Amino acid sequence: MGIHRGHRARPLEWLAERFIFLVSLSTILMVFLIFLFVAREALPIFFGGANTAPLQTVLSPEAMNQLSPAQLQAYLELTPQQFATLDRESIQALLQVKQEAQDEIPAQVRSDPDARVNTVEWKYLLGPHQWSGYDKPEYIWQPVGQIQKYNIIPLLVGTLKITLIGLLFAVPLAVGAAIYVSQLARPRVREIVKPAIELLSGIPSVVVGFFALLILASVLQKIFGYPVRLNAFVAGCALGFAVIPVIFSIAEDALSSVPQAYTQAALALGASRWQTAWQIVLPAGLPGVFAAAVLGFGRAIGETMIVLMVCSASVMSWNIFDSARSITTTIAAEMAEAVTGGPHYRILFMLGALLFAGTFISNLIGGVVIQRFKLKLEGKR
Amino acid sequence: MADISLPKITATATAAAGPSARPLIQIESVSLYYGASQALKTISLPLAEKVVTAFIGPSGCGKSTLLRCLNRMNDLIDNVRIEGSIRIGGHDIYDRDVDVIELRKRVGMVFQKSNPFPKSIYENVAYGLRLHGLRNPAALDEAVEKSLQQSALWEEVKDRLHSSALGLSGGQQQRLCIARAIAIRPEIILMDEPASALDPIATARIEELILDLKKDFTIVIVTHNMQQAARISDQTAFFYIGELVEFGPTGRIFTNPTQKRTEDYVTGRFG
Amino acid sequence: MNTLTPSQYLPETPPGRHFRAEKFDVGSFFFSGLTGLATLFILAILGVILTNIILNGWSALSWHFVSTIPKKDFFDAATTGVLPMIVGTTIRVFVMTIFVIPVGVITAIYLTEYAPNTSIITRVIRAAVNNLAGVPSIVFGLFGLGFFIHFIGKNLDTLLHHPSAVWGQPALIWAALTLAIMTLPVVIVATEESLKAIPPGLREASLALGATKLETILRIVLPQALPGILTGGILAVSRAAGEVAPILFTGVAYYMASLPSRLSDQFMDLGYHVFVLSTQSPNIDQTRPLLYATVLVLLILTLALNIVAILIRARVRKKMRALG
Repeated sequence: MGIHRGHRARPLEWLAERFIFLVSLSTILMVFLIFLFVAREALPIFFGGANTAPLQTVLSPEAMNQLSPAQLQAYLELTPQQFATLDRESIQALLQVKQEAQDEIPAQVRSDPDARVNTVEWKYLLGPHQWSGYDKPEYIWQPVGQIQKYNIIPLLVGTLKITLIGLLFAVPLAVGAAIYVSQLARPRVREIVKPAIELLSGIPSVVVGFFALLILASVLQKIFGYPVRLNAFVAGCALGFAVIPVIFSIAEDALSSVPQAYTQAALALGASRWQTAWQIVLPAGLPGVFAAAVLGFGRAIGETMIVLMVCSASVMSWNIFDSARSITTTIAAEMAEAVTGGPHYRILFMLGALLFAGTFISNLIGGVVIQRFKLKLEGKR
Repeated sequence: MADISLPKITATATAAAGPSARPLIQIESVSLYYGASQALKTISLPLAEKVVTAFIGPSGCGKSTLLRCLNRMNDLIDNVRIEGSIRIGGHDIYDRDVDVIELRKRVGMVFQKSNPFPKSIYENVAYGLRLHGLRNPAALDEAVEKSLQQSALWEEVKDRLHSSALGLSGGQQQRLCIARAIAIRPEIILMDEPASALDPIATARIEELILDLKKDFTIVIVTHNMQQAARISDQTAFFYIGELVEFGPTGRIFTNPTQKRTEDYVTGRFG
Repeated sequence: MNTLTPSQYLPETPPGRHFRAEKFDVGSFFFSGLTGLATLFILAILGVILTNIILNGWSALSWHFVSTIPKKDFFDAATTGVLPMIVGTTIRVFVMTIFVIPVGVITAIYLTEYAPNTSIITRVIRAAVNNLAGVPSIVFGLFGLGFFIHFIGKNLDTLLHHPSAVWGQPALIWAALTLAIMTLPVVIVATEESLKAIPPGLREASLALGATKLETILRIVLPQALPGILTGGILAVSRAAGEVAPILFTGVAYYMASLPSRLSDQFMDLGYHVFVLSTQSPNIDQTRPLLYATVLVLLILTLALNIVAILIRARVRKKMRALG
């Protein structure tokens, strides 16, 4: 009769549901692809496939017969597919080219004791090395010239410096404002202030960087009187501006989620609004505020344009009034000059992969903390 | 009247033989579990056609839960398990190949809190009709007018059919929801405490309406208001903590109940 | 019986006492004031940045400025203009919305209407969306380079037998796709928020009338959620318009002789232009007014979009309160 048909009667509905599900799954795919393709370009570095030393053991074309195809392929730095398409003469020609390139290396470089160093080995990426011309071991990032130095420590230090300054500036301000807006301000004030601070997040980071470059740097220089006008401190402050809205909105949301019941109980006992906020709401909302800081940290680390516009030189120093390069700015500034597929290119991608892993972890932590926090609040009700 | 052309389910149509018509709805040994906890305990209940049956009982006794089984709205809740069978017109509605959508066209529902769509009054009533394929504007107009008349709302809204339904009062909105439900001519209308959110005057109008509707529809109404049940229902079922305690003609339940628990409840000793 | 009366353990309150504070609560006042100052300071920063840019950029802003295609020398005040940058920014953002809004809305519908709460897949999808939101913009740029350009683009060229790179190089379409992935979480969150605000009673009413879930979503839920979806779209557009890092390697150019006409073309961009000029122009005093004007155009664009989104959101919240 009429009511007997079951779900088979509605194939369109079933199809639509499957389609909706698949589209949603694509988000997982995207995260996966991002990591995959960024790491893919960087992988040869991790497996020791590249050698950046200007002086390498050279094979003459005549010695071609003494080597196995696999060795030849590795020496010429070709993929198996590319190698397979070459005939004997082409291989010989390539060997010739390589030998001539070696001969063209200036004598200065030949005599440099560092000329045989493979600068992308891990000990050079991470550890200090006394390069020729320097009187002590240094961490240097200088990917130009014949001997390219890829030590990433100055970049890590730069990133940390700028990020920490930014957070030091942003967290107290944002959390303070969050406490004020969610607990102490009148509802009318809240309605105006909240969207206004959100508007700050609507200012593109290029514009903030521009403002920092032109105005902030000079103002801060007048106040603090440091020699280098464009330095990590200015970048950090500007970065703080950009991160404040992120921390503010998450912290404000967390504090507002603390059940009204707590606030009302405290007020009914005669506590002032401040005492209630400080002694009851803030401790209850602390995990959420902490998560806000963690997520702000993730955002700060990933910020590119502001720091790019303010700082430019890569200097290895802990002095906040020196210039600094962060990981993001290095990638942004140098990718255009890096030869596709070359060691510089791959190292930049490696930095990107590192960055992705770092923000992935910090976001995971922040997300888990917030989830636990919200569950705890609901459980208590 | 707009013809939706659905084969009608009637008890008499499915009766094999014999003078007494089988009940339209036959609930047999129905138990319902939310996860591990049992909300309904082997309920068996026959509900007759074109009659108002009231489900009464204290809060949490399962009357709304049983009501929602009748149009399978409980399917929407995770973790629900149902045993036993519910036959409407002879067909077990929990059968594997039953199309829930079809079922809900035949068994309509009016909710406790009126929930008109944020559309015009006309569009609210026409929603179900359009859903089931009626597109002819003249036929729609006629069907909408008939439904609004039958739910005693026509005179009040006939001049503003295209204004928003949300502008109506609480009582008017509930009558609109009733109009919306009866527009698609279901055989059975389930009402889950339809007047509990309304003031006494609006409640009285709804009760009048129900008495009028039972000429054309079979009505099952859940109510926590015993006087209401006494006023409008022909049969009454009394539930207590998931069990069916007593079922019978309303007059007898309220004046001469056979179970002590029933007597205690209707005399107001608890609940 | 021995009953403890309040006066036995709280300090004596003399009779006839009014409910006035005993002494001034310095601590509360001080700390409340401090947080209020923090709020004020943040708003002041906002104000300073906006004022500075508006004041300095207003003078160089003109109808001529926003409608002219400049010659290679951007600093000739007579012939300069930002039209190609505006066009470039607008087109890339427009192409982005074609991809991001359908995917974002469908995902949000799945998460709100269909996804079983206890399922692991649901949690993984949510985690994925949260993570997408946290990926640095430069990493998106790298992804665009490594995936869209060097993988998809290159293979597309091979498939279509192009002698030289057409798709395997920076292009409008790749920048737009990269931005779409980057702003996906914005659309998803805004759409979910608007879907959740719809009272469940409406869905129940529709289902009880014999509508299928899909019909309920298409006829009742989505129309109600449209303003929220619009908000999400506008916020995504505003965010994407201001971002420079993701387009650095995926399609932006400092100077193009003509406006972009095909999806494989490169494009100019407001933000990128500001970046290049600020960091690489030799005489900053000469270029100052033009720079400010360019920044002002970008700011007007993004802020106007943000304000519209906020206004729509406020109106929707008011409407929802009437419904619920």
